[in-house]
Amino acid sequence: MTALLEVEDLHVEFRTRDGVAKVLNGVGYHVDAGETLAVLGESGSGKSVTAQTIMGILDTPPAFVTKGAIRFHGEDLLTASDDRRRDVRGDGIAMIFQDALSALNPVFTVGFQIEEQLRIRRGMSRKDARARAVELLDLVKIPNAANRVREYPHQFSGGMRQRAMIAMSLALDPEMLIADEPTTALDVTVQAQIMDLLREIQVEREMGLILITHDLGVVADVADRIAVMYAGRIIEHADVFQLFRAPGHPYTESLLESLPRLDLKGQELKTIKGLPPSLTNIPPGCPFHPRCPRAVDVCRTDVPANHRLGLDRTSACHFAEEVVSRG
Amino acid sequence: MSDPGAGGAGLERAAAAAVGDLGRVDDSAQRQGKPRSLWSDAWGELRRKPTFIVSLVIILVVVVMAAFPSLFTSVDPRAANLDNYLKKPSADAWFGYDVQGYDVYARAIYGARASLLVGLFSTILTVLVGSVVGIFAGYAKTWIDSLLSRVGDIFAGVPFVLGAIVILTTFNSPTENPSAVRIITQVVLSIAALSWPVSMRIMRSATLVAKQQDYVKAARGLGASPLRIVFRHLLPNTVAPVLVYATIALGAFIGAEATLAFLGIGLRPPVVSWGVMISESRDYFQAAPHMLLFPAGFVTITVLAFVVLGDAVRDALDPKSR
Amino acid sequence: MGRYVLRRLLQLIPVFLGTTFIIYALVWAIPQDPFAGKCGQRACPESYVAAMSEKFHFDDPLPLQYLKYMGNILTGDFGDTFSGVSVGEQIGAAYPTTVKLAVVALLIEALIGVTAGVLTGLRKQGFLDNLVLVSTLFLISLPVFVTGFVLRLYLGPQGLDLFDVGVDATDPTFGQLILPGFVLGSTSMAYVARLTRSSIAENRHADYVRTAIAKGQPTRRVVGVHLLRNSLIPVITFLGTDLGSLMGGAVVTEGVFNINGIGGLIFRGIQEKEGITVTGVVTMLVLVYLLMSLVVDLLYAVLDPRIRYE
Repeated sequence: MTALLEVEDLHVEFRTRDGVAKVLNGVGYHVDAGETLAVLGESGSGKSVTAQTIMGILDTPPAFVTKGAIRFHGEDLLTASDDRRRDVRGDGIAMIFQDALSALNPVFTVGFQIEEQLRIRRGMSRKDARARAVELLDLVKIPNAANRVREYPHQFSGGMRQRAMIAMSLALDPEMLIADEPTTALDVTVQAQIMDLLREIQVEREMGLILITHDLGVVADVADRIAVMYAGRIIEHADVFQLFRAPGHPYTESLLESLPRLDLKGQELKTIKGLPPSLTNIPPGCPFHPRCPRAVDVCRTDVPANHRLGLDRTSACHFAEEVVSRG
Repeated sequence: MSDPGAGGAGLERAAAAAVGDLGRVDDSAQRQGKPRSLWSDAWGELRRKPTFIVSLVIILVVVVMAAFPSLFTSVDPRAANLDNYLKKPSADAWFGYDVQGYDVYARAIYGARASLLVGLFSTILTVLVGSVVGIFAGYAKTWIDSLLSRVGDIFAGVPFVLGAIVILTTFNSPTENPSAVRIITQVVLSIAALSWPVSMRIMRSATLVAKQQDYVKAARGLGASPLRIVFRHLLPNTVAPVLVYATIALGAFIGAEATLAFLGIGLRPPVVSWGVMISESRDYFQAAPHMLLFPAGFVTITVLAFVVLGDAVRDALDPKSR
Repeated sequence: MGRYVLRRLLQLIPVFLGTTFIIYALVWAIPQDPFAGKCGQRACPESYVAAMSEKFHFDDPLPLQYLKYMGNILTGDFGDTFSGVSVGEQIGAAYPTTVKLAVVALLIEALIGVTAGVLTGLRKQGFLDNLVLVSTLFLISLPVFVTGFVLRLYLGPQGLDLFDVGVDATDPTFGQLILPGFVLGSTSMAYVARLTRSSIAENRHADYVRTAIAKGQPTRRVVGVHLLRNSLIPVITFLGTDLGSLMGGAVVTEGVFNINGIGGLIFRGIQEKEGITVTGVVTMLVLVYLLMSLVVDLLYAVLDPRIRYE
């Protein structure tokens, strides 16, 4: 069965004055209709770049895709024509961003920004487009939608703005939605509401959802599967329950251990020492080895392969089996 | 906002706009180490830029020309020989002769001094006045700021050329013939009077930005006197945009001197400046274009050099390209 | 929004009064004897002095003189010169020419400047970009009268003869004003090109542009609608203020091309020592300039909804 979206061995470089940054080094994951894949990682791990490569909105130059395939319904988008890629955007795969205030055009009304897709790509009349836009705003639970459709982005509160952006992304009924840190800029209570909304919409429309985040808490509620990224690689891929119960990679382990826990109140907070590597100078061997509590000699020299830990579960660690059985 | 746009000093506004982001350059940190790095970074970058080097060289040449004109020509600029009336450029006189028989080349060399002095003093005065008022407005209480800004607006509301016309003709009726010192002073004062609001605004906005920085608030919390805060924390932050502005403005003011002389209200004989030469050539333009074109060329190249220099410095100091 | 307008208006009034007062004081208060040279070599007869003093309120203290003058201006009465010519009429004759010139300059600078800026802003580096950068640099640096003379020499009857430089004394046609208009607007045109260029280059990488692309909008629309609409805001507001500046700065260009606009009027006023003409013209220009800046502020609010609904 071909997945709705399949990313295969993706390699992306950023060529700058200061050197070549290897931003993606063999990224691969897949998403099906109706399921949620969470892509987890620190800043600079490459999670957003992967999403942007899927959408085809990377700035080239300085970004260059050097290897890999992105298959949507089996069709490799990387070899498709520009027109074909544009077709897929919004219609096949849509994307929402972290900061709705800067992602929305400040000089056009929210209604305009939703309607333009309907008018231009579906040929709807102004009236019909307006009606549909109001429907969409209703769908994302924006009160008084009929009036708010005439307002500008800066007149909305943060949470409402994000909802508006979600509404905009659904205008063309996409099969898949990529949400790039949709709640990072929002208050905790609003975060929960937005995540609920996304979940609801996804279930209703049987959309595939890629949720990009660095927040483990968000992931636990919503995701079906999790792909953990580090230094441009997927270092672990598992079902959400499996991951939380028994992580298969030292990085994931450390992430989970660093979560503050009420029942351990009063004890020292655990952190992952060190910083993510500079992408122009990735260390040899396993990219995580400078910070890994389990690192040994082989980690410094050999790049770990993707160890199979079960059906649809992998971990890129030399000692994956040991890590998993510990939990 | 005074726009000397059509009057030849219009690039002043371009200068003011060019410095836009530099006010946000936050290089006045707690430790002495940090301020060094921005400037030494900028210097390193500039040293390698050809445009910077070329414009700097041109400016140095002009400065030497102004200081030691005899290095460039042995001809006496005041030697008039009516036999040479409007002679075209030749091997004897590279730029030809003007209507009174003066050697145009010699006059152009000697004229550099007056033009440069006017530009220099106008810039210094404008920057001084503007900076003092600007820092005050940016740092003091709101009502003082409003008042000073309104005063700035008042001066800025006068179109540059018209204002200069009114000021200079008020103090010199058309029949008088003021001394060199007097007219230079008047021109400098006029230019500064009409241009200081721009420099004030730059200083003021840079000060406002600096004022918001946490380390300034910390300093105030620690009881530092306003004077200390101004000198130690605010001033270093504002140097960058003012420097860029001053460089470009210098060029603009040299152009303004030429424009005012062209209109007949600026420097006039017996003072020799590029502007004076241009104004004298006005009526003979059709017959002897060389009389106008050479001094105009000097003005253009000099102004260009300053503008390019200012641009290069601005790019080097621009936080965005870091 | 209405409050915003009101606030701006209130800010403008003291500025207007301040500026015009300074001008008035410069013209009338500083010179020792307003009658010097008016009656030839001799001193003016007493009766003349008395009549003029009364007419121009010279016996009143300066602030009062000024207020009476302003009062008259605001009712449209610009007064008469010493020789009895109506200043209002003089201005009425000369002003339209200057306005025409300024409008032509504005149109040229907008057209060429924005086009050049858009083309180079979208695609930095390359021949066109360097060409634009260098030429704008020159135009910005050249004093206007130099540009004027050079173009007049090389494009006019003595050179390529592309333009007829004889300008109708009283009512120049738009065609005749193209070259002078170009010269007048040359500095601003260069500035507009650079402003547009940097605005577009900056906004090209904005998040909302990325969103528009991610929505699958055609490139033409992303640039032509999303990018342009945002990038042109500073440009349009600049053009608005420039109209006022152009009128004030037209003096030089009018001199180069022998156009009978207000520049000539001012110079004649100075030559003939008719202070009333000078103050009248400058006062009016200041008013126009300030009003234009108010219009521009409003324009800014119209163009940018973030300002409108604050």
